[in-house]
Amino acid sequence: MRGATRARWAVCALSAVLAAAAAGCGGGGGGSGVVRASWGDPQNQLEPANTNEVQGGKVLAMIFRGLKRYDPRSGAAENMLADKIETSDQQNFTITLKDGWTFSNGEKVTSKSFVDAWNYAALVDNKQKNASFFEYVDGYDKVHPASGRATAKTLSGLAVKDDKTFTVRLRTKFSTWPDTLGYAAYAPLPRAFFDDHAAWLRKPVGNGPYTIDSYAKGSAMKLTRWDGYPGDDKARNSGVELRVYTDNNTAYTDLQAGNLDLVDDIPSAQLKNAKTDLGDRYINQPAGIIQTLVFPMYDPNWSKSGMEKVRRGLSMAINRQQITDQIYQKTRTPATDWTSPALGDQGGYKAGLCGDACTFDAASAKKLIQDGGGLPGGRITLTSNVDTGSHRVWMDAVCNSINSALGNDKACIVNPVGTFADFRNQISEQRLSNPFRSGWQMDYPLIQNFLQPLYYTDASSNYGKFSDPQFDKLVDEANAEGSQAAANAKFHDAEKILAREMPAIPLWYQNGSAGYSDRVSDVTLNPFSVPVYEQIKVG
Amino acid sequence: MGRYVIRRLLQMVPVFIGSTFLIFFMVYALGDPVAALFGDKAPDPATAARIRQELYLDEPLWKQYGHYMGQILSGEFGTAFNGQPVTELMAGAFPVTLRLTLVAILFEIVFGITLGVLSGLRRGRSADTTVLLLTLIVVSIPTFVSGYVLQYLFGVKWGIVSPSVSPEAPFDELLLPGIVLALTSLAYVTRLSRTSIAENSRADYVRTAVAKGLPRRRVVTRHLLRNSLIPVVTFIGTDVGALMGGAIVTERIFNIHGVGFQLYQGILRQNSPTVVGFVTILVIVFLLANLLVDLLYAVLDPRIRYA
Repeated sequence: MRGATRARWAVCALSAVLAAAAAGCGGGGGGSGVVRASWGDPQNQLEPANTNEVQGGKVLAMIFRGLKRYDPRSGAAENMLADKIETSDQQNFTITLKDGWTFSNGEKVTSKSFVDAWNYAALVDNKQKNASFFEYVDGYDKVHPASGRATAKTLSGLAVKDDKTFTVRLRTKFSTWPDTLGYAAYAPLPRAFFDDHAAWLRKPVGNGPYTIDSYAKGSAMKLTRWDGYPGDDKARNSGVELRVYTDNNTAYTDLQAGNLDLVDDIPSAQLKNAKTDLGDRYINQPAGIIQTLVFPMYDPNWSKSGMEKVRRGLSMAINRQQITDQIYQKTRTPATDWTSPALGDQGGYKAGLCGDACTFDAASAKKLIQDGGGLPGGRITLTSNVDTGSHRVWMDAVCNSINSALGNDKACIVNPVGTFADFRNQISEQRLSNPFRSGWQMDYPLIQNFLQPLYYTDASSNYGKFSDPQFDKLVDEANAEGSQAAANAKFHDAEKILAREMPAIPLWYQNGSAGYSDRVSDVTLNPFSVPVYEQIKVG
Repeated sequence: MGRYVIRRLLQMVPVFIGSTFLIFFMVYALGDPVAALFGDKAPDPATAARIRQELYLDEPLWKQYGHYMGQILSGEFGTAFNGQPVTELMAGAFPVTLRLTLVAILFEIVFGITLGVLSGLRRGRSADTTVLLLTLIVVSIPTFVSGYVLQYLFGVKWGIVSPSVSPEAPFDELLLPGIVLALTSLAYVTRLSRTSIAENSRADYVRTAVAKGLPRRRVVTRHLLRNSLIPVVTFIGTDVGALMGGAIVTERIFNIHGVGFQLYQGILRQNSPTVVGFVTILVIVFLLANLLVDLLYAVLDPRIRYA
């Protein structure tokens, strides 16, 4: 390495002489104890209620702590800033805060920090993309009407009692609601956020284990450990440097060259090599993401009675194991239900709820589809965006699997859509009359999050417009249960209805993958496939 | 000469308006970008409506275009989805890409023309054949292959340079990306200048110059090279525009946050202000580079006159 550094200096000096452009020579590297990690340009501004993707989520996970926090290992929701959250009727909650928490600018975290933040998030004028998280709070329809202007500025369901206590009244019973509060959208906000919004956006201030040192939009962010952090999950490194990469192949190359410590998105082309290149510095573990094929139940061709056999038959015609092994190199796991193993037992995951319907069996598949009256129009088309995630490849594989099970070369064809936005528009306008891909990344590790928003009648992300009164009833009952175990049991019953009706074929659970350099240790991913930066040790 | 330049500049106005409209229309035709902002979740209709309103997406196309052009004429290029003004993105990206282009063009000129002259003067001999073969190989290798291979060899295997370029993108870090970017064009420049030299070395004026007893060096540089450079200059001139806009692949491989990066991001997120803004500037660069090439003709060949 000595020689290499010298050569670089020589080149540097040469170019300085030639072009008189000394700017940046030498730079890079980062101080000792700093983790250098790959990053992508966040899609939105870094407001907690406006960040709904993983790149912005990484920063929020470092600079914010909410009422609850999901254990990085088990995913269980544990009190963080909340001392206790109490309810007697599963609908009215009293939240008490712990003492001693401040923002990194010295301001105390009070109940007002939360209520103001939540009111800001819910108000339609602020255009926050996570506003719908507050739809369970009473008064949401006033501050966020489906159309027209807001008739109230604040949520009527929120009330500040004193500096340490506030109450929340929900629209309906929702027993596991406190466990949703670990999501970033529920983070408290300091006064600085409201007083000088533009300045706050340039350099966000929060209450997490790190503070932002500098933020060059689109290229890099430097974070330092906040020594005054009151929580027990203090950072074990002196800081994190996030570097924006446009191509994850380059990030991987940089990791190999020792220029980077952590890559949390191994390019699919490198998956085969990652194990040999990195050895045990390669992580591949379940993340809270599932991929499904949704049937357009709004189309009578698919929803008329008898078609459930065809839907189940199609599910059985897919050789999940082969596809996840060969295309994804085991970074996906064949799905046996509609949730994710990342939930853990406590969150409500139970393997095998889909039963036979998710097990590959070509003969039964063919018979079921014939019994149900065959494919509508004699063939099906699978639709997905193909700009990311090797979607084109698995769609071809699924089609091949179906074709060979049915012994018909033309039974299944692929309809690739160029961009995600276009795909999304086709779905929301209900233009698709055949199964389409739907991925779901959990917001909080609860089985409710995998079922209610996707399959409840008229739920926000119920793209196929599936509707089943019995399913709805079970979800309502589950939400009214006092204990999580009882709620989970009801949700499992609801999943059995999905297994019978098959409104969406569970394909596979997605894993989070990451690789790290030998300079760092104790690297883990949380259930949201975000690295747990504060636990990483350097050196 | 002055009138010619003015006429050319005026001709740029319709080209400018036409190209911006075409690009605006194409990005518009990709569909509604707001739908993609919500990830796997269905967009919340009220929030989506507000965002559309803020970005003028709820207006018909011609109104959007009118609004956008009005903004541009007052020097306002709109905002990207992440809240950054497009002018700020340009201020960050264009200098980086300009440096990269400069490195690439320098390589093309220095190595391309030198090799071209050498092989042109030794037409048919082994040096000429070797150069021809080499250029054939270089032309047939796609940029992403040469990019990844050189990056792996120099960056990982031998550890001579850093595989990726830091956000500041100083000249020394741009040497390798610059070579990768220049390779294909370099081969073309070599071939163009070789053919041109080989052809002109039998021209009357060269024979006259030799007969006058001028030293060989002077014959080659003053008489032969100057006249042979016209097609090469045309190529390099148009290449400036192509390199600035077409560096997307190279910029991705070496993680350079230049024009290609911003365009790629803009297209992926269907952010019309970013795409149209950047392409507008690229169109201007292209037009100006072409004008400069035409003016250079007159300098190189005194027989060409612009009135």
